[in-house]
Amino acid sequence: MTTSRRTFLGLVGGGALAAGLAACGSSGPTTTPGSTTGAGGASGSGATYWFLTGQPQQTIREAQVKRFNDANPDTKIKTTMFQNDAFKQKIKTAIGAGQGPTLIWGWGGGGLKAYVEAGQVEDLTDWFNQQTELKDSIFPSAFTAATVNGKLYAVPGETVTPIVLFYDKRAFDKIGAEPPQSWGDILDLVPKFNEKGIAPFSLGGQSRWTSMMWLEFLFDRIGGSEVFQNIFDGKKDAWSDPSALKALEEMQKLIKANGFVKGFSSITADSNADQALLFTGKAAMMLHGAWTYGNMKASGGDFVTGGHMGYMNFPPVDGGKGDPSATVGNPGQYMSISSKASDADKETAKKFIANNTLDDATVEAWVKSGNIPVVKSAKDKLSSITDKNDAAWLNFIYDTAANAKNFAQSWDQALSPTQAETLLDNIAKLFQLSISPQQFASNMNAVIGQ
Amino acid sequence: MVLPALVLFVVFGVVPLVGVLVLSFTSWDGLGAIHAAGLSNWRSVLTDPQLPHSILVTFEIMILSWVVQTPLSLLLGTFLAGRQRYRAFLAVLYFIPLLLSSAAIAITFKALLDPNFGLGPGLKLSFLTQDWLGRGDLALAVVIFIVSWQFIPFHSLIYQGGVRQIPTTMYEAASIDGAGRIRQFFSITVPQLKYTIITSSTLMVVGSLTFFDLIFVLTAGGPGDATSVLALDMYQRGFMSNRMGPASVIAALIVLLGLALALLLRRLGGSTTASQQEGA
Repeated sequence: MTTSRRTFLGLVGGGALAAGLAACGSSGPTTTPGSTTGAGGASGSGATYWFLTGQPQQTIREAQVKRFNDANPDTKIKTTMFQNDAFKQKIKTAIGAGQGPTLIWGWGGGGLKAYVEAGQVEDLTDWFNQQTELKDSIFPSAFTAATVNGKLYAVPGETVTPIVLFYDKRAFDKIGAEPPQSWGDILDLVPKFNEKGIAPFSLGGQSRWTSMMWLEFLFDRIGGSEVFQNIFDGKKDAWSDPSALKALEEMQKLIKANGFVKGFSSITADSNADQALLFTGKAAMMLHGAWTYGNMKASGGDFVTGGHMGYMNFPPVDGGKGDPSATVGNPGQYMSISSKASDADKETAKKFIANNTLDDATVEAWVKSGNIPVVKSAKDKLSSITDKNDAAWLNFIYDTAANAKNFAQSWDQALSPTQAETLLDNIAKLFQLSISPQQFASNMNAVIGQ
Repeated sequence: MVLPALVLFVVFGVVPLVGVLVLSFTSWDGLGAIHAAGLSNWRSVLTDPQLPHSILVTFEIMILSWVVQTPLSLLLGTFLAGRQRYRAFLAVLYFIPLLLSSAAIAITFKALLDPNFGLGPGLKLSFLTQDWLGRGDLALAVVIFIVSWQFIPFHSLIYQGGVRQIPTTMYEAASIDGAGRIRQFFSITVPQLKYTIITSSTLMVVGSLTFFDLIFVLTAGGPGDATSVLALDMYQRGFMSNRMGPASVIAALIVLLGLALALLLRRLGGSTTASQQEGA
């Protein structure tokens, strides 16, 4: 299991696997030696920082804290690490109880907005505007998810992970076709793959956010970025936008044409079964996050190393208004500071964010681990990558993220938890063909702005 | 001796129950301040078309799993109540599913039933290669099957104990009167196990109201909402949608349903608490 925020955020599915893992092994928090409070995370007794376990992220985060603590022996940061699901529950409960850590690691968007509305996180706008060097180094697209009502409540960090259309070059050789250049090509390819007994697309539909990625792209390619922006802004009946309805219809058209692997609605992304369908040749294509690269390289035999894996940005839809360079996914991870922390702890936390989260050593470590950190300087590090597959992949991800006209945050994170859950629920039904596009739109309009 | 138990019951039973009732009249996202919401949560949940569906699925699983489990547990328990040594060995084997955690069971079955990498495709058995968890009716059947697989051992253990309580003189008398094993089973074993059946059924029925972990891991309520039971609905509203008020309403409904069902089963069993031993 990879530790992208995806596996974490794969709401039910993610929770399910994590719950399973928790039942199988240790899920308790791991506290660094020297911490006096254990998992309790007290405020006022020095700055605290909670984050997720899992490699390679954990090592990089630990190294950041170590560098900070070595440089600031008087104001050390204490860390507590959690497994995915444990973290998600624990941090929400802890913040609600005023017992949260000084440094709150998160995904921005709707979750951050909930913290802001509850008055739990510090407004960082003024302070961050003074950090000109850091500010200028970060991809501008990463700030949207950190901004609530025009104010900055979190600093982007860690990695960019856009959603990418992966494909198996061998499958295309078998049917003698080229990768799709448009939505029309996709629909044309479906019967050709089905004839050869290859599923056109792999999909871990039980996880629901996996299906959501399709809608994110179709909405954008057909109607442009303002369709979702209207939804995000809480505009009345924004889900019934003609482009939105068109996108939902196109989606069901692909499902009815057997575009997805048989049994997709019982496949979860967390077991990586959807990736396995692609790299074992059972499916020809897969729309998935950039974070799956590492697993496909590690588990996929020679799929990546043998150069069989292809990837591209989602193709345009004929007659669509969207900019084909736009992408969706995860524009970064985010660090906020608890408003309940003492002033001294807040200072420590700010110092840590300013000096250690996107410093040169961190950027290099991220690139070496096969990720693009959310800073422009990542480009300079790419020349040091010797593996040609990795180098090509990282350049592609860098260019996709840096050149995107619009990098929309995944809907389930951008929206409030209430809307996100309703959305995922309705997406599952839409993909089951048990509701029509109109019903989908009206169900979603009912919770808009909530 | 009563006081410690009472204190524990109040702290971990009554206080949370009252807390849930209070929360059901408020709106709270789990983070910010709690606001009074009057009856709005109750009104919105009770008029939500999702609720009858969740109740229906809950009752389907409850009734069907009772129908599957009770006869099998009864037969198995009666069989295992014999004294031969091999039966003690079998009893241990049969008991194993109960020792596994629901999450582990769910993950294992999920892997076995996978339409692409599971048991069916692995053994090239087409009848096992179904979209087990991707079709609503099949998914519900799978849930009932796994629930039964998991809990039959427990209930057969109860029945085994019950059967061993039946005086052997009754069977001896029946044999003398010429009753065969089947006649003995229906005329002595089953009637004598009346209270055991009620106990076991109460545990099954009330327990099935709280099925959550297995379904959460196995199907997450899906496909669509085909296996979305009340407890899962509560979890999704409370901890996924951050709406603690409506989730508390469902929690309160589950408590009420559980109480009603337990009382009903008690009533069905007759209100006497006297022994069912011979002659009594």
